[in-house]
Amino acid sequence: MYNKTAVIAGIVAFLVICSSPFWCGFSSDSYKKPEIVTQKDKNKECVEDVAFMRAEHMQLLNEWRDQALRNGSRVYVNAKGKKFDISLQNTCLKCHNNYEEFCDKCHKTNNVEPYCWTCHILPKGSK
Amino acid sequence: MLKSLLVVALVAAIAWLGASAGLGSLFGVVLPYVAIAVFLGGVVWRMVYWAKSPVPFAIPTTGGQEKSLDWIKQAKWDCPDTKWGVVKRMILEVFLFRSLFRNMHAEMKPNDAVNGGPRLVYYSSKWLWVFALLFHYCFFLVFFRHFRFFMEPVPACVGFFEMLDGMFQIGAPRFYMTGGLLFCAVLFLLLRRLANPRVRYISLFQDYFPLWLIMGIAGSGICMRYFTKTDITQVKAYIMGLVQFHPISAAGIDPVFFMHVALVSVLLAYFPFSKLTHMAGVFFSPTRNLPCDTRRTRHENPWNPEKNFLTYPEYEDMYREAMADAGLPLDKPLEKKSGE
Ligand code: HEC
Ligand code: HEC
Ligand code: HEC
Repeated sequence: MYNKTAVIAGIVAFLVICSSPFWCGFSSDSYKKPEIVTQKDKNKECVEDVAFMRAEHMQLLNEWRDQALRNGSRVYVNAKGKKFDISLQNTCLKCHNNYEEFCDKCHKTNNVEPYCWTCHILPKGSK
Repeated sequence: MLKSLLVVALVAAIAWLGASAGLGSLFGVVLPYVAIAVFLGGVVWRMVYWAKSPVPFAIPTTGGQEKSLDWIKQAKWDCPDTKWGVVKRMILEVFLFRSLFRNMHAEMKPNDAVNGGPRLVYYSSKWLWVFALLFHYCFFLVFFRHFRFFMEPVPACVGFFEMLDGMFQIGAPRFYMTGGLLFCAVLFLLLRRLANPRVRYISLFQDYFPLWLIMGIAGSGICMRYFTKTDITQVKAYIMGLVQFHPISAAGIDPVFFMHVALVSVLLAYFPFSKLTHMAGVFFSPTRNLPCDTRRTRHENPWNPEKNFLTYPEYEDMYREAMADAGLPLDKPLEKKSGE
């Protein structure tokens, strides 16, 4: 092998960089999905079913925003025909009144930082 | 061109159908592990193979004046004559693709006013350079953003790049520019091969294949984020399972995710055996990594057989007496032995 030191340094750097997630995985505890606190009243249901909400709540909020502000219609009818007031603060966060243990906990592990709260106000006691 | 598209479409279809039929763990566990092992082993094998290959001649590219007499201006960036200069040139090559910047386009003008007839004109063509840069940087950022799935806690710099990437705050989930630009850049690189007859003529299966593959990867990723959707939280748990070597069940994740993973795995496994290894190869290119000092230092061919040289002083030592007898001039005169 020619230029041994440089080549070996390059190989080591390549291997370390490419396998870094695995090393970090070894050194930390085994990953668990965030344990979110949904809400106390078990009788109530979310706006749509849970699987839909998990995957598409961001899209839903986007649609809500457009519907409320562009079309001026502030009532959302869900798949089952139930009506909801379109409001980020007064609908979502009324049921999910523990922002830190619900939205935030889940977002943190997925590295999501919604910028909504630079304008919208989080309910008292949840910040 | 169509053959390579077919292969990529086939991989995608098999993975999608397989995952729909409940074979998620095959495409989501076995395939990625094998692909990563092949990728790491393959690239190292490549590097060792190249490092073992002798360089018989000094063939640095000389994009300008080599260092010569003091009053002749040296092209320092293109013709470095020191190790440090070579390092600088390499860094610029890797980060800015300087040799692509020199890309020229030649065209035959049938009726040129200057010549009054056909004339060959060359002009600088920067599109390839622009889109190559765009492609590579976007690809890197897209890849880097994925570290939010590979690590817990997520490194802070990932969030920083996500913030920049989603700066325009379009929609929710926020539109990331690099994703869209990556797709456009690959499209340009593909169209370039199709639209330019000379480039098309020299393009083979192995030129189109990575382009289709990357297009499939970017497309399925964009699709998953903005259109078909999947439970991201479950995906993160799934990927962390892979990273920490205790894979979890694939239930509850959209088949598109496994298609995405299968395409990425194919790309990884294909990487070391294709033109894509230029990632490692650029550092091993004699045209890039040798200093332009061929007039000053002798480059020895490492496979030259060992030679037994006889230098002149040794020759003279051997034949001094005979030479003295014959009256030939000597560097070191024959010493008269005492007592004779
Ligand atoms: C630049 C400030 C700003 C930001 C950032 C912002 N909004 Fe709003 N949003 C408003 C304003 C102003 C209204 C109008 C309030 C009204 O007319 O009742 C509104 C209304 C809405 C509405 C409908 C009515 C209501 O009361 O909720 C929704 C839904 C909404 N925003 C969602 C979002 C989401 C989701 C985000 C983050 C992705 C977000 N907004 C970020 C300023 C903002
Ligand atoms: C009427 C009360 C109510 C309202 C309003 C409501 N939710 Fe929910 N939400 C729930 C309940 C209850 C659950 C848990 C359902 C379950 O686990 O079966 C839930 C679940 C969810 C989940 C899935 C959590 C998980 O288990 O992973 C998300 C995400 C979510 N809601 C977001 C929202 C958003 C965003 C809004 C506003 C558009 C909203 N919710 C409005 C009651 C509500
Ligand atoms: C089950 C986990 C979970 C819960 C609970 C949850 N989110 Fe999310 N949220 C996500 C994930 C994951 C994303 C990112 C999706 C992506 O990147 O494609 C996201 C993205 C968003 C976005 C878009 C951010 C952006 O700018 O791209 C908004 C807005 C949002 N969530 C609002 C909420 C609100 C409000 C709540 C609480 C009512 C909530 N979410 C609860 C997982 C969750």
